[in-house]
Amino acid sequence: MSTASPDADELGRRVGEFLAAHDPAGAEPLEFLRARFAAGLAWVHYPEGLGGLGAPRALQPAVDRRFAEAGAPSNRPERNGIGLGMAAPTILAFGTEELKRRFLRPLWTGEEIWCQLFSEPGAGSDLAALGTRAVPDGDGWTVNGQKVWTSMAHEARWAILVTRTDPDVPKHRGMTYFVCDMTAPGVEVRPLRQATGEAEFNEVFLTDVRIPDEHRLGAVGDGWRVATTTLMNERVAIGGAAAPRESGMIGVVAGLWRDRPELRTAGLHGDLMRLWVETEAARLTGERLRQALTAGQPGPEGSAAKLAFARLNQEVSGLELELLGEDGLRYDDWTMRRPSAVDFTHRSPGYRYLRAKGNSIEGGTSEILRNIIAERVLGLPGEIRVDKDVPWKDLPR
Amino acid sequence: MSDLLYSEVEDDLRAGVRGMLDDKAPWGEVLAGTERDEPYDAALWGAVAVRLGCAGLPVPEELGGAGATWREAAVVMEELGRAVAPVPFLTSAVLATAALLAAGERELLAEVASGDRIAVLAVPLSTAPGGPATGAVRAADGTLTGRVGSVADGAAADVLLVPAPDGLYAVDAAAAERTPVISLDMTRRLCDLTFSAAPARRVAGGTAAVEAALTTGAALLASEQLGLAERCLDLTVAHLKTRYQFGRPVGSYQGLKHRLADLWTAITQARAVARYAVACVADGDPDTAVAVAVAQAHCSAVAVQAAEECVQMHGGIGFTWEHPAHLYLKRAKSDAIALGTPDRHRAALAVLLDLPPA
Repeated sequence: MSTASPDADELGRRVGEFLAAHDPAGAEPLEFLRARFAAGLAWVHYPEGLGGLGAPRALQPAVDRRFAEAGAPSNRPERNGIGLGMAAPTILAFGTEELKRRFLRPLWTGEEIWCQLFSEPGAGSDLAALGTRAVPDGDGWTVNGQKVWTSMAHEARWAILVTRTDPDVPKHRGMTYFVCDMTAPGVEVRPLRQATGEAEFNEVFLTDVRIPDEHRLGAVGDGWRVATTTLMNERVAIGGAAAPRESGMIGVVAGLWRDRPELRTAGLHGDLMRLWVETEAARLTGERLRQALTAGQPGPEGSAAKLAFARLNQEVSGLELELLGEDGLRYDDWTMRRPSAVDFTHRSPGYRYLRAKGNSIEGGTSEILRNIIAERVLGLPGEIRVDKDVPWKDLPR
Repeated sequence: MSDLLYSEVEDDLRAGVRGMLDDKAPWGEVLAGTERDEPYDAALWGAVAVRLGCAGLPVPEELGGAGATWREAAVVMEELGRAVAPVPFLTSAVLATAALLAAGERELLAEVASGDRIAVLAVPLSTAPGGPATGAVRAADGTLTGRVGSVADGAAADVLLVPAPDGLYAVDAAAAERTPVISLDMTRRLCDLTFSAAPARRVAGGTAAVEAALTTGAALLASEQLGLAERCLDLTVAHLKTRYQFGRPVGSYQGLKHRLADLWTAITQARAVARYAVACVADGDPDTAVAVAVAQAHCSAVAVQAAEECVQMHGGIGFTWEHPAHLYLKRAKSDAIALGTPDRHRAALAVLLDLPPA
């Protein structure tokens, strides 16, 4: 056991030793990933024995880079964003030792995909209004309710779930947080088709689903505090390399502008240049945030980045359709499909325009983000609350 | 990618400049100064330029400067922007200094870097990099003749650096006829210059020195705009927390707080683009032209947005002479025109990026 947290040099040495002992090209991928986890090189800021070495979080990108450069098998983090970004830190913070040992390794290796059962038809921005009921039942709980906007539910093995356990107290106090087995009887996943024609998301119906009490995270009634931990992690973005200039949607439109002189008009040129500048400003802001995180100076700029990203994606994709004129009237495919990732660059301009509309809604609406910036960053007074001291069951809905 | 953060040295410099400005240039004093005849605050300039040694930050020590870089000068610009301080830093310590550095002019540079003399580049403040900076003045037999309008801090200058068709000339300011202009921004006053066979000394041939000055000036102006915008946001947030209407702090209304969240977001971006622009200038980066145009197009708009929101969200008091908001509004709008409007910078970008107009 080491006593001091390893620095960058020490991590580099350990990665080198690991790669010497485990051939990254020839290894069976899952065995390799499990060995990497055992060596503490999965997420270096996690504790020893749970895939980490207690190192500073800022050192992770360099470790990932070394493994990628060596051609090592990837745990394909893009497939398990909820698991890695939200479930894992919550389990780490609130799970028993037994739960941490059971769940963290297959989560990190990608053997088990996770989804998030938070939003409900009646609880969107106001998550704490949720009404999915969990009732004590012998040595566990019985859960009934409906969740929505659940990406990856159709591939997930496990879910993080927030429920209402006490309807007689104000809403923030009566919630409890669980790990839910997505293969349990009573869990039904239905695709939720969206404006683009495809179904990235699902509705999840929970009917008399049994959850053992050992799968509870945090105390009974403490679900809001646990969920807040989860959501804070959702907004921590640690980027790898800087995005190159004209990557993303502005690059698509700039290329179109260069290739198709007959489409150009004076007004659209003004729009294009304005959006080009704003996109570059957002890119440099992301780069500055990355540098600050690497230097151990986390700041609140991540919320600003999401606000700007949503608005720019919408404006740039709207400009692209107008610039295209006749071609902007066409769409590529309305077939109901089940994509596992959002693909902004390989689908049609119409898809980009429609999909971008979700950017200001998913992961916190732009309006809620503005409230958060105004209240937590600028310190402006909060909303006048009418629901704070009212028992959940008496709230208008 | 350049370092976009602030160093510890820069943080210390900022603290020193801010402390001095809080002490010597509270806004009430700045406001009173706009109604006096003095074209700038000479005592304040002495404190900034000489006592804090900020006049020659990017000038090498062997040339009489502080041996720092444009990055440190940009931090001073942020603080001067916060205070709308009426001192010729942009004009003498940035524009003229950059021109003299590019010209390889040593003696005058040392005098300017020490703060002993104020030099001013004799171009209209609205001149953009790449724009026509010459043509109004002609040179003959070591003299200059012609007129240049709307020169910032022209009345403060000891020496004028005048672009002529065959190069850049230094002229004793007393040899020019200087007509003060009633300026939109009375914290950075303009004057019209007339030269009638004024004795002049050529310090550089061609236009490279002027071009370097305008590019450097535009990059550092973005930092002034950043500081100004931050100050406007601070003032506005403080007001919205304490102003009550309808029995609640007006800062609790989403109609206002959402606009301030958007402004904060824009300022966050302004910091990144301003730091990138000055880093490019400091390093002689080949991306400088793009970085400066982006910084000016973005930061000009952000500073104006911040000042306009500051006026509006203060309500009636924000429209009065006795509240500082108008000082920021006037500086912000003048800055947006200074060294190229956002639209001119976007037009320059269109060329640089091969995104031609219709």
